[in-house]
Amino acid sequence: MNKRFFLAAAMSLMAVLMTSSLAVSAQTVEAPDAQIKRVAEEVLAIVRSDAKVQAGDPARVREVLDEKLLPHFDFRRMVMLAMGRNWRQATPEQQKELVEQFQTLLVRTYSGALAQFRDDTINVRPLRAAPDAKDVTVYSEVIRSGAAPVSVNYSLVLSSDGKWRCYDVIVGGVSLVTNYRDDFNQQIRIGGVEGLLKTLTAKNKGATP
Amino acid sequence: MKRAIFERTSVFRKRFASAALFAMLFATLFSLGGCATTGTASGDDPLEPLNRAMYEIHQPLENYVARPIVDVYVTLVPEIGRDIVSNFFGNIEDLFSGISGLLQGKFDKAGHDFGRVIINTGFGLGGLIDFASDAGIPRGGEDLGLLLAHWGVGPRPYLFIPLLGPTTVRDGAGMAVHVYASPVDLALGSKNVALRNTLWGVGTVNLMATGVHASDLLGDIGLDRYTFIRGAYLQRRAYLSGDTKFGRIELDEDYDDGYSTPPSETSQDTKDATP
Repeated sequence: MNKRFFLAAAMSLMAVLMTSSLAVSAQTVEAPDAQIKRVAEEVLAIVRSDAKVQAGDPARVREVLDEKLLPHFDFRRMVMLAMGRNWRQATPEQQKELVEQFQTLLVRTYSGALAQFRDDTINVRPLRAAPDAKDVTVYSEVIRSGAAPVSVNYSLVLSSDGKWRCYDVIVGGVSLVTNYRDDFNQQIRIGGVEGLLKTLTAKNKGATP
Repeated sequence: MKRAIFERTSVFRKRFASAALFAMLFATLFSLGGCATTGTASGDDPLEPLNRAMYEIHQPLENYVARPIVDVYVTLVPEIGRDIVSNFFGNIEDLFSGISGLLQGKFDKAGHDFGRVIINTGFGLGGLIDFASDAGIPRGGEDLGLLLAHWGVGPRPYLFIPLLGPTTVRDGAGMAVHVYASPVDLALGSKNVALRNTLWGVGTVNLMATGVHASDLLGDIGLDRYTFIRGAYLQRRAYLSGDTKFGRIELDEDYDDGYSTPPSETSQDTKDATP
């Protein structure tokens, strides 16, 4: 009786400790795969239930993106990687402006498409990475009825504030950042960093460059 | 009757072999000295001036020819009809996928493809119904361009062909064999020219629909659309041919991302901001 009691007590204590430590670690660092799954599901839930988003109301879409999606992206690193060594040639002001314009470009493009993801489901595969890894890839599949599943992979980096942030999305083997690298360098070859900035800004203003 | 079938298969074999040989020669000739993939797409596009000229021709063709035709096709033919068309041509692609997979030693994939062809041809009314997908047999998705890649033929030079869109000499050569040795042509030959031409026409429209769809998917996110299409095509083909290094970006982990301290007006990145 006594033995059993102690065993039960020890086990429940362990269970409490484990759950609380889990809760603590979840609070400090959410695992990258769990984070992708949670964010994707939160956004999809809004897309499926929110009439304004479905109708494509730009203000509401913008609000959802700002609140749910954008905090999980490191746009600065995206631009830096896309620009390669040209990044260092840009002044801090230009860098700041480039990051803002790039973010605007992506938001502008994808806010129009958000409602189309309504019937999609995302299948996030469990992460395989060393526990101390600072740069990971989360593999997932997007399943759309009547079409072959598309592999969508997210490259994430552990930011210095202890949160994972996405710096590249690879759809069906095509990396967004790699594609922008050719595109950006092309613009830089023509008109330098200033030329790239001008083209980006013009595109965001809706003018055809 | 038996003799006719034999003759036809031997014709098929001869035509296929000569076309494959031609494709290989053609592709190797053009890719000499360009086998190493550098990842910088411009290096893979030595014919850029020509390709850009072709792209200029392509754009109005896509917008004013292909798109209206596809629109009419989508309006006139219900989805089930379009599915039947893409199943029919998909079945032929599965055959080529099986051959390509087999010659690459990808026996699992090849087995799936040949199984698909047998099921869909036999039970799916000659490939009109895709029972194999319903049964969960996946498409191999191989083609002769990927077979040439497996044999070491590099992707360069990149080509842009009006209406067909992005390709490379290697992939274009593979595609030419698909067309040249197509079962549609071989089975009908000059016996039923009307049916053969109709099938080619429908096949072309089907291809156009795929092309327009791909073009729409890529959307308008690039600054220079030509560069963006090229990058996406070359990355996609590298990925399909199992080249994991192509275009890979190395992450600089020492970079100060500016998240460690609350954001302020003074920039955190003195390290990156060397004038």
